[in-house]
Amino acid sequence: MYTRIGPATGPKLTVHVDGRPVTVRAGDSVAAAAMLAGLLPTRLTPVSGAPRAPYCMMGVCFECLMTIDGVAARQACLESVREGMRIEVQSGRRTLAP
Amino acid sequence: MSAACDLVILGAGPAGMSAAIAASRCGLSTIVLDDQPEPGGQIYRAVERRARSGDAASLGQDHAAGAALVEAFRGCGADYRPATQVWQIERDLTVLASHAGVSSALAATAIVIATGAAERPVPIPGWTLPGVMTVGAGQILLKASAMVPPQPLWIAGQGPLPLLYAAQLIEAGMPPSGILDTTPPGALARGWRHLPGALANWRYLAKGLNYLATIKRAGVPLVRHVTEVAARGGGRLTSVRYATRGRVHEVAAATLLLHEGVVPQVQVSQSVGARHIWDDMLQAPVPVLDAWGETSLPGLFAAGDAAGIGGAALAAIRGQRAALRVAHRVGRIDDGQLQELDEATGLKMRRHDQIRPFLNAVFPPRRAIHVPGDDVIVCRCEELSARDIRQAVEAGCVGPNQVKAMTRCGMGPCQGRQCALTLQQIIADARGVPAAVLECLTIRPPLRPITLGELASLDHDRAGANRM
Repeated sequence: MYTRIGPATGPKLTVHVDGRPVTVRAGDSVAAAAMLAGLLPTRLTPVSGAPRAPYCMMGVCFECLMTIDGVAARQACLESVREGMRIEVQSGRRTLAP
Repeated sequence: MSAACDLVILGAGPAGMSAAIAASRCGLSTIVLDDQPEPGGQIYRAVERRARSGDAASLGQDHAAGAALVEAFRGCGADYRPATQVWQIERDLTVLASHAGVSSALAATAIVIATGAAERPVPIPGWTLPGVMTVGAGQILLKASAMVPPQPLWIAGQGPLPLLYAAQLIEAGMPPSGILDTTPPGALARGWRHLPGALANWRYLAKGLNYLATIKRAGVPLVRHVTEVAARGGGRLTSVRYATRGRVHEVAAATLLLHEGVVPQVQVSQSVGARHIWDDMLQAPVPVLDAWGETSLPGLFAAGDAAGIGGAALAAIRGQRAALRVAHRVGRIDDGQLQELDEATGLKMRRHDQIRPFLNAVFPPRRAIHVPGDDVIVCRCEELSARDIRQAVEAGCVGPNQVKAMTRCGMGPCQGRQCALTLQQIIADARGVPAAVLECLTIRPPLRPITLGELASLDHDRAGANRM
């Protein structure tokens, strides 16, 4: 599991990681929140369905693509958590909303 | 929504912030676009939040110093737009960017690309497994969220960053299981010649020795002369295999952090068609620049690590110089002022650059990383191996763009950011030519995947102009 050390910097908020409520801190990225919640993998590739997880955490590898508040293929490392956010594993290609 | 201004700066790290401060001081209307939610770049990541909580010092004096730069940037008057993704730059210096799902066009008289560096891709067996990340990623989690990845945690690679991060973990009371040092043997012999320059920057050297002392004191194993690092596991990382001095070892691992140095992020400058050359020391392309950081495209500048690796102190000076050159061009400062500033900043610039030949010699890019074995994934997005690329070369592809057309290598969401260097090296190796002679992967817009909604949100005037 990921460990939080030292004084956490932001106020607490609740997000939903694959439906589970998780307490995180303002300023955490969505990718960090997902990993703190123990979510691994965070996506399955569109090519072979291989499991993947965040790799660079700075916006250049695109391995952290997740479904955030219903919008697929978002870079989870570039987005900050917001109260009530829904964070889900992205499986395969993104699809258009019906 | 569209707007016009004197200067658009891409990136809010040391170079971008310093450029913005200098430009605003000269009275230039300046807009700063950054894809991150907070200013500071990677080096001063989350420095404001840590300063507010009285915790800035725990990551070292450098990080605390970054807080002062961020404060000056916040107060400089530039229009700062965080969490904004640039997805296209046109040759007339129009910047197309997207924020919260809405795109806008900015017409700039000049642009400073201050997008910084990224860690060199480290294609080893198993590097796509969940549990494998870069050392930079580990450090970002530490700086931004005070988070440490699961143990057992192994660090593999070379350069200052793995040592710094290991020392930070030790100071946080969460030491890594060990460090697999891939620095090729003979580091001292290679570095010796460049020691005078390094001694002139003795503070950098002292920092490195300090990290080593911390690691030694903590009793963290530092395994030297490591080769053939491989991440192993089914759905996630469970062990790391490596070789040293002719023997193979395997250790249990939940986390493996890789680092083989950093390279400039040149996606933006390449996409506009500015001239680049292949830097043999870095084994990566760098933009061709004049003394002020201007590319071959008039009005387009690069500063900081995006212009060539130099570190934060040098980045700040280069950002300042690019902004001053723009201020001079639009008539905000005169010849005398420019010359005065040129002399003052030029001297500082040369001083900070003296450590570079030493670091480059001690930590040279490794061939095993550039030319991986057949089974290793090269393009993470399209899941193509080194074998796929070699087969494409055998079938007649002469360069990265032909291999891309034939295999989709570099066509996934990362747009070649993780495979372009390896692709170029594998082709050069297979053909027996230097990597420098091959044409680099062509970078096309959009620079990041955008939705049709983001594209459609550009204003109607622009859309009309584009239809011509």
